[in-house]
Amino acid sequence: MHLILFLIFAGLCLAGAINLLLQSHPINSALSLIVVMTSLAVLYLLLGAEFLAAAQVIVYAGAIMVLFTFVVMLLNAGREEHILGSRVAKTLGFPAVTAILAIIATVILHAQGLGVARLSDGITSTEELSSVLFTKLLLPFEVTSILILIAILGAVALARHSEGNAGSQGSSERTGEE
Amino acid sequence: MSSLFAREVPLSWYLLLSAALFSLGVVGFLVKRNLITMFMSIELMLNGVNLSFVTFAHQWHAVKGQIFVFFVMMVAAAEAAVGLAIIIAVFRARATLAVDRIDRMKL
Repeated sequence: MHLILFLIFAGLCLAGAINLLLQSHPINSALSLIVVMTSLAVLYLLLGAEFLAAAQVIVYAGAIMVLFTFVVMLLNAGREEHILGSRVAKTLGFPAVTAILAIIATVILHAQGLGVARLSDGITSTEELSSVLFTKLLLPFEVTSILILIAILGAVALARHSEGNAGSQGSSERTGEE
Repeated sequence: MSSLFAREVPLSWYLLLSAALFSLGVVGFLVKRNLITMFMSIELMLNGVNLSFVTFAHQWHAVKGQIFVFFVMMVAAAEAAVGLAIIIAVFRARATLAVDRIDRMKL
């Protein structure tokens, strides 16, 4: 059962990621990215990370991608245009990426002692996770909240000062998201 | 078919999937010429790395790997907010999202 679920959702994940590259309109890319993130949530659940699966759906597929689709629609982004032939990126980039992927795959396939994942494996409960997060890692948690506060202020400051009303809409959406 | 139901998945498959997602993100960043789509490719790379964090947390039965993913998610949320605000500001100044047209620091 685990194998079947893995194959279905890994396939969805890869299909969504490839579709993101093939589509030329940003809204189609955004929708395929939502497919990728939602299937990743199922994979997290298969690996026993229940809190992260929920957070993946809420934060990534919910908040961040809503923000992306909102900006795509707000800016009325059209189809992609290729003006300068970006030949360098393609001729140098593809072999480099293929080489990196091959190296990583070789290392992974030769790794010793990697276990297996079963459906009967235990699930890391949210209680376990939060007891570590709020005792040992309390300081990083608080620092992250300050980071997000600064990000809200920065987003509002960046999107506001102008004559258009697009900025005020964007900033109010953004503060609501956090 | 019953053997297919009973089988477990080696963790290396999860790691391979995460490497593939990361590489697709890199390819998207290099190939796409739209500012928003390039930004989405960065999110795809972050998701690929998150998957390998969760896989290793499963391997070592450690909670800290999952907590790291949680932090990555929060930083990604902050990054998306600031990045999209910058994209809105750039669009307002240049009226385009094509990175080939945004090649000067000053107007």
